[in-house]
Amino acid sequence: MTLWAAVLLSSALVYSWKLFGYLVPERFVSSPKIKDLASLLTVALLAALVGIQTFGTADGISLDARIPALLVAGVLFYLRLPYVVVVALAALMAALIRLLF
Amino acid sequence: MKDKSQSVAAVSVGVGVATGLYGISFGALSVAAGLDIWQTMALSLLMFSGGSQFAFIGVVATGAGVVPAIISAWLLGVRNGFYAIRMNPILSVSALIRPLAAQLTIDESNAVSLSQEPDQKKERLGFWLTGIAVFVFWNLFTFIGAVLGSQIGDPSDFGLDAAAAAAFLGLIWPRLSQSKLLLLAVASAFLATSLSIVLPAGVPVLLTAFLALGFWFYGIRRRL
Repeated sequence: MTLWAAVLLSSALVYSWKLFGYLVPERFVSSPKIKDLASLLTVALLAALVGIQTFGTADGISLDARIPALLVAGVLFYLRLPYVVVVALAALMAALIRLLF
Repeated sequence: MKDKSQSVAAVSVGVGVATGLYGISFGALSVAAGLDIWQTMALSLLMFSGGSQFAFIGVVATGAGVVPAIISAWLLGVRNGFYAIRMNPILSVSALIRPLAAQLTIDESNAVSLSQEPDQKKERLGFWLTGIAVFVFWNLFTFIGAVLGSQIGDPSDFGLDAAAAAAFLGLIWPRLSQSKLLLLAVASAFLATSLSIVLPAGVPVLLTAFLALGFWFYGIRRRL
């Protein structure tokens, strides 16, 4: 399979999940319990991505400048700084650590 | 009222710009993985789901071939289906608009919408504004990243990988004041990170859905 075919096929597969969710009959999903489940899933999957993005590498995990950067981000979110500012400062923190060490 | 809408708009654009920041990272990493600029743009325009896109190019970069890359992207896309199930009754869009709403159903649009609960009008507004803002900035910055790819060298020199982690943290931050969700978040991050040592990319994130299910069943039993 060519790389182009793979790009298009995987895009279609990812889109099919998105569309599928809108085609599930509403009576199955309108209860507060289902909304509760959707909230729990959102938090679980996004938190998993935080972990993967902080520690993950192509072939395992690594402890590096991303960890202090994430800690800084946590403190700044706690201090209620704007989202973009926090993300930019986290990037700056990681870049500075890599520059200095 | 106007004031409230403006604050939703500010959050949405902020999330769009912040997501764009690591769109640069995606564009640069994708070109480094061996895709050309147009394949990279096709992923951002058509797949339009950061986790799936990073998984796809990550697997391609390891030389594992396109089949595992497709499977990883597909598995990581499952969560968008759950977001769509959540958004469907809130948006209640016509069949004509639905394919468009589906394409914009991603981590960020769902998270901003969720953060506006229980005001349905603001949940809708947050979804559309964030979805559109992320689409515009994500594609714009993907293009810039792909073009600059060879020139900027390693995106991690600019901390763009850390920006991705901080961006995801910011999306769940408002929910973490609930102790149940904080516990779930810590457990999920720990589980996914640990499992990523032994399992293929994409699978550990998906497995944390079972943790969420566990919390859900526990919550239902306690209420009975």
